[in-house]
Parts: sequence; structure tokens; C-alpha cells
Amino acid sequence: MNTQAQQESQRAPQRHLVIPGDVVAEGRNLKTGPGTYVRDGKLYAARLGLAEERQGVWGVIPLSGVYQPRTGDTIIAIITEVGPSNWLTDINAPYPAPLHSSETPWKIEFGETSEYLKAGDTVLAKILFVDETKKTQITMKEPNLKKLEGGQVIEIQPSKVARVIGRQGSMIQLIKRFTDVWMVVGQNGRVWLNGEVPMIRVAVNTIRLIEQEAHRSGLTDKVTAYLKEASGRSGNEPQPPASRGSAEEF
Amino acid sequence: MSGGNSGVELIKNGKRLDGRRPDEMRNVTIQAGVLHRADGSAYLEWGGNKVLAAVYGPREAVPRHTQDPNRAVVKCRYNMAAFSVDDRKRPGPDRRSQEISKVIGEAFENVILTEEFPRASVDVNIEILEAEAGTRCAGLTAAAVALADAGIPMKGLIAACAAGKVNDTVVLDLGKAEDNFGQADLPVGYNPHTGEIVLLQMDGHLSPEQFDEAMTMAVEGCKKLYEIQKQALYGRYSDAGSRDHSGGAE
Repeated sequence: MNTQAQQESQRAPQRHLVIPGDVVAEGRNLKTGPGTYVRDGKLYAARLGLAEERQGVWGVIPLSGVYQPRTGDTIIAIITEVGPSNWLTDINAPYPAPLHSSETPWKIEFGETSEYLKAGDTVLAKILFVDETKKTQITMKEPNLKKLEGGQVIEIQPSKVARVIGRQGSMIQLIKRFTDVWMVVGQNGRVWLNGEVPMIRVAVNTIRLIEQEAHRSGLTDKVTAYLKEASGRSGNEPQPPASRGSAEEF
Repeated sequence: MSGGNSGVELIKNGKRLDGRRPDEMRNVTIQAGVLHRADGSAYLEWGGNKVLAAVYGPREAVPRHTQDPNRAVVKCRYNMAAFSVDDRKRPGPDRRSQEISKVIGEAFENVILTEEFPRASVDVNIEILEAEAGTRCAGLTAAAVALADAGIPMKGLIAACAAGKVNDTVVLDLGKAEDNFGQADLPVGYNPHTGEIVLLQMDGHLSPEQFDEAMTMAVEGCKKLYEIQKQALYGRYSDAGSRDHSGGAE
């Protein structure tokens, strides 16, 4: 396994399916990557996913599971409770996350929080920190972070977020090119869409297709074919001027 | 369970009532990922047993007083459907199902990496749709697959299988008549990675020698179940290993 692992590191990243308890690697000085643990000199998978070596460290890319907040993630949060100087938000994680009034772009007087955000409002935010007890706080104090007005939010499996975004946002741009729907994808598995209603429907169906086919090959071709048919556009139309903001930058 | 010899002939010419050898298990089939709304699920058929297991979480543990600040709690609910037995079972938790919920939940606390999710809960729901002896083992075996399918980090899968004594012969995986008229029943939950016993109960009487024999037999049964569990999970994601890397952004 070890020699095989060394060979693999020469080539493009090889991934193979593992389930909890499968041996991922053996040998001395093993470093535990994400989703792995060491017992008796062997590295085991702790969750179902694809084992991959990166810079000598084996980790498991999950294929399922709930969102685990990480500092710096851009997420879509829904306000659940309003306090005098903070809000409680649902970030689709096992834990609720407070948003303090000082972590917003606005100057808010004590007790006036509800004039800015009410329960049910949706905001684009970032994870400010996650401490060792998993206490999480979020922030909106960055240029792109804002309240998301209008549009609609759908939820996808957090493990599929990377595929919906695509490499450097390629998949988002592809969907946008065909449907002209403005999309924001949060790392927590929420997608906010705004545009013409029939086209939003096409975009949602496309995302569901990506979700379903995420682990199969030839995804981009399938998605392009679907978009061509469903949107009735060739995807080559000139972009409307001032194309409503770029697709999100992650 | 009469404890003594009930006078019912359960073994003829070395064959059991359903034609099995003493060390033979009933047929087991498992399918992973059968429910869309649950985070993870599995459907298992084991002889005449039909079991559905659904897993949710890790998610915020409610009510709050059940939270553990250091680790996740495993909340298991074993339930028999009213139509799962010949006479209608009065619905709702009874003493028996509460006990089974408890022992199965505690078995899983051995393998789930609960320290990763303080204050959260992992909810395991086991629904017995049709019962024919050995439902607690079937429930645990199905729930292990559902947990892996849900992407819950754990050290490995566990499985459970019963052994027992009928007509003074130690047999594996008691059928319905053997359970009702046999002399002993010994359900064993087993961790095939470490060899640990995670569940052990006994009804009836066994001599020390018979106990050892039954234990060995049950552990062998668990190892066979583990292979079936693995195939169920690999089968669900079999096309995942060869994914294209064109859109795989991180």
C-alpha cells in the first residue's frame, strides 16, 4: 500500500472509494488528514468518501454528511431570532451561529437590530471563527457580504457544493450563461438564485442534476446538454450589458 | 423462551426447520441510501425480517438538557410497526423497545467519533416493518450502514448476529420457532475491526462451553454480515471512484 501510495503521488491525484474502517495507508509517521484516524500504525478512513493523497497526507473527501463550519467559509445564513444586539442564525450546521451587530456593515443602536434584519431574512455571511467547542460566529463585515433580497434559496447537499461551483466557478458561469440567473452558492449547501422565474426553474433543475450526477464523469457535458435543451438558448448569446455582477468568487 | 427443553423438535437429521445447517445464517440483503429526506438510510432484509434504518445528524441536540458539552449523544429509536407481527403490536414505545433502543445506541457510541460534535446528537431511527426473530441484530446491522451512508465519522462499521441453543444444539441466527421454543438466545454486536463486543445479551441458559461455542458462531456471523454491509455501501457509490476532475473545485 505504501509503495503504491508513493507511485500514486507521482501521477494525478488518484481517488478511491472508502467506507469507515477501511485502511487508507500504512507506514510510519502517518499524518491524519481530514476524515481519517490512526490505530496501530495504520491510517483508517473515518467516513464514507473518496480517499486522496495531498502533499503526502491522506484524507477522505466526504460524499455525504452535514455541513461542518470552517473559519472563512462564505455561507448563506437565515435569521432565526433577533436579540437586542445580535441575531441568531441558522447556517445549516449542527449549531446555531450568532451574528453580532458590530459584525455588520451598519451602525446599529442597541435594541434596533430588528430594523435591519428580521427573522426569516437571508444574508450572505462569512464564518468569523469556530472554536474547539464548535461555537461559531459569523460576520457580514466584508465588501461582498450583504442581505440577500428577493430571489429564492434552495438547499443542496453540502458535499456537492464544490461540484455546483465547478473549478473556479466554471459551473456557475455555465448556468448563468444559459439562464442569466444570478446565483450565489454558500459553502453550507444553500444556493440563492434570482432572475426570471422560468429560468430560475431551469437553473434549479440543473443544480439538482449536478447533485445527482456529482460523482460521475462527464458532468460538464451533461449539464451543457441539459441547459441547451431546457433553456432553449445556445449559450453563445452576447452577455447583456452590465451583466448583473459576476458569479460569486469562490 | 422456555429455558428448558420445550419438547418441540426443532432439529431433524442435523437440519433445522427451515432446512438450514446449525451454523448457517438466513439470507441477508442490504440496500443503502433508500430514503431521500434522511441524511443516511438503509433497508435490510434478513430472512423474514424487513428493517428500515434512517439516520439524521449530527444536529443540535434537543431538548437542550440532553446535550453533552464534550461530545455528541447518540439517540437511537427502535420501533416495531403495528403490522410487523402476526397479532397487531400495540404502537408506541414499550419496555422491550426502549431497552433495545438503549443497547443499540450504546453499541454505536463505541464507534461513532462523538468527540467531533460537542452538544450535537446523532439520531438513529430503526423501524421494524416485518419481524421474524432477531430484529435487534437486524436493526443494528442496518443502522450501521445508514450511519456510514449519512457520512457520520466513525471508527468502522459494526454488525450484530444472534446465536442460541435449540434441542441442546448450538445454532446460529435463530428463526422464529427457534426463538420461541429454543433454550437460549445470545445476540452479539461485534466490531470486526478491533474484535470488540459492543452488544451482548442472553436469554435462557448456556453452559460455559456452549456459551463459548455460541459466541464463536455469532462472531463468525457478524463477520459475514460485515462483508454484506461493505458491499451495500460500495454498491451505492460504485461509480464514484472514477470521477472526472474537470469541475472539481475545492
